[in-house]
Amino acid sequence: MKHPEELRYSRSHEWVKKLEDGTVVIGLTDYAQDALGDLVFVNLPEEGDEVMAGEAFADVESVKAVSDVFSPVTGTVAEVNEALLDAPEMMNEDPYEAWLIRVENVTDEEELLDASAYIEFYESEEA
Amino acid sequence: MKLIFERGKEGQGSALLPECDVPEFHLDVPKREKELHLPHVSENELSRHYTELAKQVHGVNDGFYPLGSCTMKYNPKVNEEAASLAGFKKIHPLQPVHTVQGCLEVLKRAEELLCEITGMDSMTMQPAAGAHGEFTGLLLIKAYHDSRKDTKRTKIIVPDSAHGTNPASAAMCGFEVVSVPSGEDGCVDLEKLREAAGEDTAGLMLTNPNTVGLFDKNILEITSVIHEAGGLVYYDGANLNAVMGVVRPGDMGFDVVHLNLHKTFSTPHGGGGPGSGPVGCKAFLKEFLPGYQEIRTEKGLSFVKPEHSTGDVKAFYGNFLVVVKALAYILTLGKEGIPEAAKNAVLNANYMMEKLKDIYPMAYQETCMHEFVMSLEKMKHDIDVSAMDIAKSLLDYGIHPPTMYFPLIVHEALMIEPTETESRQTLDEVIGVFREIYEKAQANPQEMHEAPVGTYVRRLDEVRAARKPVLRYRFEQK
Repeated sequence: MKHPEELRYSRSHEWVKKLEDGTVVIGLTDYAQDALGDLVFVNLPEEGDEVMAGEAFADVESVKAVSDVFSPVTGTVAEVNEALLDAPEMMNEDPYEAWLIRVENVTDEEELLDASAYIEFYESEEA
Repeated sequence: MKLIFERGKEGQGSALLPECDVPEFHLDVPKREKELHLPHVSENELSRHYTELAKQVHGVNDGFYPLGSCTMKYNPKVNEEAASLAGFKKIHPLQPVHTVQGCLEVLKRAEELLCEITGMDSMTMQPAAGAHGEFTGLLLIKAYHDSRKDTKRTKIIVPDSAHGTNPASAAMCGFEVVSVPSGEDGCVDLEKLREAAGEDTAGLMLTNPNTVGLFDKNILEITSVIHEAGGLVYYDGANLNAVMGVVRPGDMGFDVVHLNLHKTFSTPHGGGGPGSGPVGCKAFLKEFLPGYQEIRTEKGLSFVKPEHSTGDVKAFYGNFLVVVKALAYILTLGKEGIPEAAKNAVLNANYMMEKLKDIYPMAYQETCMHEFVMSLEKMKHDIDVSAMDIAKSLLDYGIHPPTMYFPLIVHEALMIEPTETESRQTLDEVIGVFREIYEKAQANPQEMHEAPVGTYVRRLDEVRAARKPVLRYRFEQK
């Protein structure tokens, strides 16, 4: 499983990439997509929707279950990756290319982990 | 197999009806422009079609069916016998009540006995199944708060181990769903519940025993936390089989209950049932019930509509014949038989759990109720054999897979509910199969991904089925 060094991770298994313009891109981690299994549907918010740190902004459905996706930051949805609606399998195939949303006007974020701390976190959860 | 439309050919048919000897009369109404697509098959073709369908499915009549949380108990044929009596079957919902007093008696008796079992005061038989009952029960909760002008109560609290239908029903009813986590022991985290409960709490939805098969020992405290906050407490009857006749939701502090007659009270489950999800409530909610209440008058039984009814949730009296079957079941078992069935359901589950726990790790170590949850996380990690692989492998032994990947709080979960209607001999055989599959998995983990190998269809492509479902038959264009 890959967890790139340059990204930050939430305990609810989202990755976060901070862009230079201050906006933030959010996606599902490799660990999350592997645990969920083959994804078959995704519900995404709309541009302009508010997201809150720690609250669900999307849900993904695999053959096993439907799961909420939580926002690690508070802000406004600037862009939505609508390509995922027709091809949710992209989140399985390349979780770090298959971003879900980009958030602007970020006012708050939860405590995020770096790659090694994240790996340590989910391994301890499994134990 | 062939679909019904692929059988027979045009012009073939069944001569079941004699030629019409009444003059045809054409109504002056819009007519359909094209002929209906109806299958053209003879009676024996039709009969073979259904027999072939029946051969492809697995029901309780075929073999062990331990689908956790679904209570797939055997349905005694005497229930069907009762429900097929002409006086129950050949009636019309609008015929005068004095001509169907027996049917009203069935509804009334069923209501009284189910209220006795659940500790409720009143019940509606209208809802067609469990989730429909949840929705109906939540409508009662909503109507109650609205009647008191207490409109700030917009939230329903649901534990994270709940059946997916609970939050869905709450959302359908216009409530906001608040999830509370379970503690290490699989029960409701009381501290978190206290934090979540407040003046915006409309109610809490709970099953007890809960979704991991454990009886929440804090139940009285849980219901009082919600009552003190001004909310009501809803009992999801999915797991009533473990406690029916032993403890009553009404005594645990619940205000509203739904039952699944097609689980607990031995009416057919799955395959279109049909189901039945009666909703019971305490007296203070009775005025909001949907449908009809049977009342005893000098002239016999009669129907009345509750005063502030939330409105019908299904036509007339619900799935009446299912209620007949459930009543037959309750009367057959009687006052001693009902709790005995519950106790045997618990005994059977614990027996299986004990005989398997040395090789299949259990998610929780306590004595279980009517079902137990194993976690195959270690097996998945060590030899890459998943809960799915084990479940599929069971099919090769004529056993229906347990519930998989549920509850979500247990990874690689298999949830097993043997029910009380299986004999010890059957349980021993199934335990043997589970152990044999375990040995196979250890010896040849790769082969497990191929299972099942001996069934009518092999492992289905669930991903493709979800992404590109084919749900309709396309007729040849003429």
